[in-house]
Amino acid sequence: MKQHRSKVYLLLALVAAGILSKFETSISPYYFQIIIYIGINVILASSLNLINGFAGQFSLGHAGFMALGAYTSAVITSSLHLTPGSAASYPMFAAALIAGGLVASIFGLLVGIPSLRLKGDYLAITTLGLGEIIRVIIQSLDFLGAARGFTGIAKLADFFWVYAVVAVVIFTIANLVRSTYGKGFLAVRDDEIAAEAVGVDATRYKIVAFITGAFFAGIAGGLYAHFVTYINPSQFGFLRSFEIIVMVVVGGMGNIAGVILAAAVLTILPEALRAVAQYRMVLYAFLLIVIMISRPQGLFGAKLDWGRLWRWIGRRPSPPAEGKA
Amino acid sequence: MSELLQQIINGVSMGSIYALIALGYTMVYGILRFINFAHGDVFMIGAFVGFFVAPLMVPLVGGSGLAAAVIIMLVSMAACALLGVTIEKLAYRPLRSRPKLTVLITAIGVSLFLEYGGQLVFGPDPKPFPALIPSTMIVNSSFLVLSSNSLVVIGTALGLMLLLRYIVFHTRMGTAMRAVSFDHRAASLMGINIDSVISFTFALGSALAAAAAILYGSIYPSINPLMGLFPGLKAFVAAVLGGIGNLYVAVIGGLIIGLLETLVTGYISPIYRDAISFAVLILILLFRPSGILGRHEAEKV
Repeated sequence: MKQHRSKVYLLLALVAAGILSKFETSISPYYFQIIIYIGINVILASSLNLINGFAGQFSLGHAGFMALGAYTSAVITSSLHLTPGSAASYPMFAAALIAGGLVASIFGLLVGIPSLRLKGDYLAITTLGLGEIIRVIIQSLDFLGAARGFTGIAKLADFFWVYAVVAVVIFTIANLVRSTYGKGFLAVRDDEIAAEAVGVDATRYKIVAFITGAFFAGIAGGLYAHFVTYINPSQFGFLRSFEIIVMVVVGGMGNIAGVILAAAVLTILPEALRAVAQYRMVLYAFLLIVIMISRPQGLFGAKLDWGRLWRWIGRRPSPPAEGKA
Repeated sequence: MSELLQQIINGVSMGSIYALIALGYTMVYGILRFINFAHGDVFMIGAFVGFFVAPLMVPLVGGSGLAAAVIIMLVSMAACALLGVTIEKLAYRPLRSRPKLTVLITAIGVSLFLEYGGQLVFGPDPKPFPALIPSTMIVNSSFLVLSSNSLVVIGTALGLMLLLRYIVFHTRMGTAMRAVSFDHRAASLMGINIDSVISFTFALGSALAAAAAILYGSIYPSINPLMGLFPGLKAFVAAVLGGIGNLYVAVIGGLIIGLLETLVTGYISPIYRDAISFAVLILILLFRPSGILGRHEAEKV
């Protein structure tokens, strides 16, 4: 039942993205850009949420996956000389995005393997290291433009592409973690030894989380590259990964709706606070410390959901509760 | 051959700086089983304290010289010790019984807070670090260039390590530190004040990081608020290399990383300078997660 309903939601979201994309020329380019960034950040944060929030691993290298997707898809579309709007551009762009996602997920597998032996701090630093290694390698490859960056990428990503992917990613992750299979992620996160004891294949779940998360991050990178049309290795550094982590932590690790909301708010916030832009990262860092000390489950808690929020908004006055809830 | 010798000298002086930072990581890990991500940024603050204190030395002891250098280093060490204790009190102590992941994210938060706070306060552009002791050439031939600088760095680092060894193995506080790292509960039952031992450990580690920063400034006389990131990470790799929690092997790890990095820069390409230590880290963690000399600990259910 629930599965069926979420498919309807997905379809509705795709149709809405298609219709709304007709209006993209009627709003100012500045707002349009922010809307696109929100979509890309929602994909990044949701995919990291699968790794960090649901599977309980800790990845600090998400920007590395994004870089792989961005460069792979940019190389493909540039070598095909796609022109935006042409009939061939749609399937080819989709193929390029998926190729970027696949390359990222191969590296996700590589990162996932250490997670089988490492935990917490060590895994965090290993993923950080792998992210940096990816960046350094790209920087040393001349055909990718090295440190100068990769220019002249066709502007293929528009509102429809970004939000169609957003819908698909949220649909996939939400269904994955709510399925019977997906309960395994939570089991591995909550107690790996106990999960193994009752027959949950922890190894497999960790790898699946890393591969899926990396795949979507790679696609987000592809969308980003084809929106800004210029990429260089420094856009995918450690700080990028950190920004994504802040979104996940603020939204609540393992809280799909909360992370989406946090990604949107934390994308808009720096624009709204442009006057005090230099305080932004200090504020982020401070926010992170305060949240960890006072509300480690994230601002929206671990359980808040759109449905519950909806019911809460439309609630009828309930009779006074008897005793303790 | 002479180039190799040159690289080795540079590598050892760089490595002894990494070793000083690694000691801070390893001590905190030994006692709290937690990696203080912000350690590299304490190192950065140490460099900036040195930068701001150095001009004050002119009226005091007449500019640069041994006395000025010693005072600057001591002031910076004291300031960082205070900073380390404050960070532990405000950010880590409230989380002591929480899951490791929570503490880890907080530590990353503290690290970025110091980096961006530093950019705000000191400005993001690099600043020239003053030469504290005028460097003279001891050997300057076509065969080998040896400045007094690298000898000062290696000598100071060695002195501080011996001092640390004395503190940890021959004082009451050091004995308490070792007891706490062995077993928190048993130590506290024996009347050891855990909180003050932890504070002391942070003070000690942070002071060593500050000393490392002053030495670093004499090799790379340009400092900026993000300078702590890579030395911090590399020192962490050094600590892990030998098996984290062990003082001697942290020093060995620091030297290995310093040498490796200098050799890669000299013989392969400077591009890989920062990547090589990560590659080493990944190999170590995959094949010998408890370090080259470490023991394996089974996880208790």
